[in-house]
Amino acid sequence: MATETPPATAGPTAPQPVKGANGAKGATRKGDRIFLGLSRGSGITLLVIMAAIAVFLTWRAALAINADEASFLTSFEWDANATPPRFGIAVLAFGTVVSSIIAMVLAVPIAVGIALFISHYAPRKLATPLGYVIDLLAAVPSIVYGLWGALFLVPHLTGLYEWLDQYLGWTGLFTYEGGAARSLFTVGILLAIMILPIVTNVSREVFRQSPKMQEEAALALGATRWEVIRMSVLPFGRSGVISASMLGLGRALGETMAVATVLSPSFLIKASLLEPGGGTFAQNIAAGFKEAGSMGRDALIASGLVLFVITLLVNGAARLIIARRKEYSGANA
Amino acid sequence: MAKRIDVSGLSAYYGNFRAIDDISMTVEPRSVTAFIGPSGCGKSTFLRTLNRMHEVTTGGRVEGKVMLDDEDLYGPGVDPVSVRRTIGMVFQRPNPFPTMSIYDNVAAGLRLNGDAKKKDLDEIVERSLKGANLWNEVKDRLNRPGSGLSGGQQQRLCIARAIAVEPQVLLMDEPCSALDPISTLAIEDLIGELKSRFTIVIVTHNMQQAARVSDRTAFFNLAEVGAPGKLIEIDDTERIFSNPSVQATEDYISGRFG
Repeated sequence: MATETPPATAGPTAPQPVKGANGAKGATRKGDRIFLGLSRGSGITLLVIMAAIAVFLTWRAALAINADEASFLTSFEWDANATPPRFGIAVLAFGTVVSSIIAMVLAVPIAVGIALFISHYAPRKLATPLGYVIDLLAAVPSIVYGLWGALFLVPHLTGLYEWLDQYLGWTGLFTYEGGAARSLFTVGILLAIMILPIVTNVSREVFRQSPKMQEEAALALGATRWEVIRMSVLPFGRSGVISASMLGLGRALGETMAVATVLSPSFLIKASLLEPGGGTFAQNIAAGFKEAGSMGRDALIASGLVLFVITLLVNGAARLIIARRKEYSGANA
Repeated sequence: MAKRIDVSGLSAYYGNFRAIDDISMTVEPRSVTAFIGPSGCGKSTFLRTLNRMHEVTTGGRVEGKVMLDDEDLYGPGVDPVSVRRTIGMVFQRPNPFPTMSIYDNVAAGLRLNGDAKKKDLDEIVERSLKGANLWNEVKDRLNRPGSGLSGGQQQRLCIARAIAVEPQVLLMDEPCSALDPISTLAIEDLIGELKSRFTIVIVTHNMQQAARVSDRTAFFNLAEVGAPGKLIEIDDTERIFSNPSVQATEDYISGRFG
């Protein structure tokens, strides 16, 4: 994951490398040469690791996909250990994307709200401890979230489920027929809580760096606090918030233990988000890896490759969004 | 569209530190009043008390009275936001909103006031940009970002943004200190034109600039570092620069300190 996530604020404001007196001739002093070698080596290491992962995934995945008797992308079954093996990732892709979308929809607005509260509203006495609490939330291991989700969240969500069924059931997305709340929706809520700290922290840092002079410009025009935020803080922080959300999305897409603990998986897609069933890539790998034979493992690796590609696509899309607004997003200072 | 400012017994604090002490002065409408003085003498702080921007700073607090004609700016129940809508401000470094186009920058204040129709807005934007001597340079690229302009153009854009809401008073905090001489000249010419419509107060470190643009000049000084800044004297600019009544003013103007 960490390999393809851009630093939150570097995008628009990153300084251009200067080609000049030193760059043209190459480093001549000993210290420069050593440092150049070290940093170049680090860069190459990164590329080598990425390439190794990609080659490994592609090679094992290709073995499995060639042997697959079902349609890999669209099939709803997962009998990778059978002969001949039959498996498809449709359910996993659906579950992964849907639970992550639910998590983003719930988490991003709240995270931005908390970040703004800490950076622009709360008195310092309150902002600092609140920041620590958020950091603490990030330090909780995901299996603990999973246990909390399974033992606390699941039994306590039935009330919310019934309410959703009553008022939003007509949409078809929120029909609920009773039973344990071990659905993609619960997973989404849990993932939202899990990605809240990273999205909040990165957004908070970005908002905190929003240039004072633009805020003063808005104030001097007679802007209220909210208008200052709307005119100068949010536009400045926009690309940072997108980056923060992508970091969060990356975590949500790949989260394993918490999902595996809460969800009751099945290879069926249900229209209602509140019905148990579905699965995610990571959860399915965790659940199936131990008992899988060699073909089963390769099949799981193939599904991991798809997750990898989805994450790449998401990051690429985020970069496009950020780049399109680039000339407007630089701080003028 | 121009009002008189009457300050009496005004002190400003940063936490427990008193930055300026007991200042009283009158700023005449439709004229340019310049504040000069050595660094740290509190002239910028004083300027920011005039539109209630000082209290935005952490620990910022003001005692005393500022009257805008017959309205007490620090009176009970006065909303600082509405004060700032009637008293515009231009800052030391040009600060157009980087995410907004040139047009939107000028329209920003009007949109805050919420009473802007599209057609009126076009007119006001054009009038304000003309008023800031910027129209001819940007009329073909009103939808380009304001941050793409040169420093001097950006500063005139900020002036256009400030005058678009037709303020009573225009405060300028060293508006030329980040600009080259040509851009500075353009701004100074502009100040000369604007004073027929607005009450202008300008802080400057450049004494020649004060002599060139202002009608009245106020000299601020501080006894020592850490002591609060005080108003030494305020008089017609000509008099301040030829025959000031206080020795310290003459010393400062003739370059003996500061």
